[in-house]
Amino acid sequence: MTKKAAKKKASKKVSPKKLDSKQQTMESLVELIRITSTVVPDDVFKAITTAAKNEEKNTIADYAMGIIKTNIDLAKYKSQPLCQDTGTVIFYIYHPPSFHQTPFKELIKKSVTLATKKGYLRQNSVNSLTGENAGTNLGEGHPSIHFYEHKGSEVEVKLVLKGGGCENVSAQYSLPDTTLGAGRDLEGVRKVILDSVHKAQGKGCGPGALGVCIGGDRADSSYFAKKQLLRKLDDKNSHKDLDKLEKEIVETCNKLGIGPMGFGGKTTLLSCKITSANRVPASFFVSISYMCWAFRRQGIVMNKNFAIKKWLY
Amino acid sequence: MKKLDYPFSVEAVRELKVGDMVLISGKLFTGRDAVHKYLHDGNKPPVDLKNQIIYHCGPVTLQDKKGKWTVTAAGPTTSIREEPYQWEVIRDYGIVGVIGKGGMGQKTLDACKQYGCVYFHAVGGAAQVLAEKIKSVDGLYLKEFGLPEAIWELSVEDFPVVVTMDSHGNSLHKEVETSSKEMLNKLL
Ligand code: SF4
Repeated sequence: MTKKAAKKKASKKVSPKKLDSKQQTMESLVELIRITSTVVPDDVFKAITTAAKNEEKNTIADYAMGIIKTNIDLAKYKSQPLCQDTGTVIFYIYHPPSFHQTPFKELIKKSVTLATKKGYLRQNSVNSLTGENAGTNLGEGHPSIHFYEHKGSEVEVKLVLKGGGCENVSAQYSLPDTTLGAGRDLEGVRKVILDSVHKAQGKGCGPGALGVCIGGDRADSSYFAKKQLLRKLDDKNSHKDLDKLEKEIVETCNKLGIGPMGFGGKTTLLSCKITSANRVPASFFVSISYMCWAFRRQGIVMNKNFAIKKWLY
Repeated sequence: MKKLDYPFSVEAVRELKVGDMVLISGKLFTGRDAVHKYLHDGNKPPVDLKNQIIYHCGPVTLQDKKGKWTVTAAGPTTSIREEPYQWEVIRDYGIVGVIGKGGMGQKTLDACKQYGCVYFHAVGGAAQVLAEKIKSVDGLYLKEFGLPEAIWELSVEDFPVVVTMDSHGNSLHKEVETSSKEMLNKLL
């Protein structure tokens, strides 16, 4: 087989080069965007339902949770965005070695534009220098796209829509933090996470969910923290100490009485997911990504024709 | 559950207390950053805001072929951005209610007390539930600010909110912040 023929064969398997597979890819991606924007994943729905049950009846926290639940039902039924802030659009793509990233990126951009036209995404991308909104959700850094090569033969696409309100209360700390008395150990990490939740109050549209990264440089730390939001809320951290810390943070935060929307109440946090990354001896960053109750995350596995084979959440 | 019906008045909002769950029926005027700055700079509002409620919201709107507008999503936006302007807007134009999310600061709280105004918190992110309560779009002003930033005159029915800052100097946001801080200090 010539090199060209071999390439062609490989691309048949995984690259969306042919016209029909292009269309199929876009159809799958637009559907992924629609479902992500309009339906919360099962694990989030479960956590919200439990939180709603736990609130004392006839309190304003109970009232807020009731409205949140009705909103979830209504958005699904009407196939319209859960929240009008459809957030930063972030794609995580896991692909086999022979996959071509550039054409797939183009299809993602086209799908985002189409999903915006269809109203699944708000016109939400603004040029930071001119304030101009092109209305397409495309621009430098938008959408945010991350590729990873994996061993599997299939293409997996995960999508997170990260709202602005909750992004604004996300935080990064540099340890030691003398005002908080937080040193460079897990106890210090605990202190800064709790501080971030207190500072957020209801401003991030809680009950919220945290993704945390201990370590890394400033950029990687934030990136890994956000990536923790891909974990299911009911999973278990394989690292024993982090698992313990995750549980402890949720328990402690739910004693603070901040509650849904900061109205006071039992559930302040739905979950906390923590990872770590190496750091240089001079730095010790802890990054916290706060996600609102409108936790929009979904994923698909594509079959070899790029149709949706399976939903991931 | 309490009800607040149009026409609104200072007397009616003075009755409301922090923690009240209220269903508002009547008129709302949306206004966010551009509108607040515009009013604060001394420009007259294009419509009389006396005894009206301002909603911090940039709605998602659709216009049909006949020119009729509908609102498809209408959740609150973060109110604190209007903190530098809100108190003057309350004082100068006689607003009796502000709807938003996240609460506002001391200046607004003081203005609420002095002039008779209430801060209502809508549930953040509940775009669909809130859009359902909007029965009609009755006016559009300051369109030049862009559609989300314009003033939309809306008729609502049973629009669900919670009083988190009343006209007697009470703020739920202040209370929760303080009590959660005390708790946090205990648990640290
Ligand atoms: S924080 Fe989340 S729920 Fe709240 S307005 Fe933003 S995207 Fe919507």
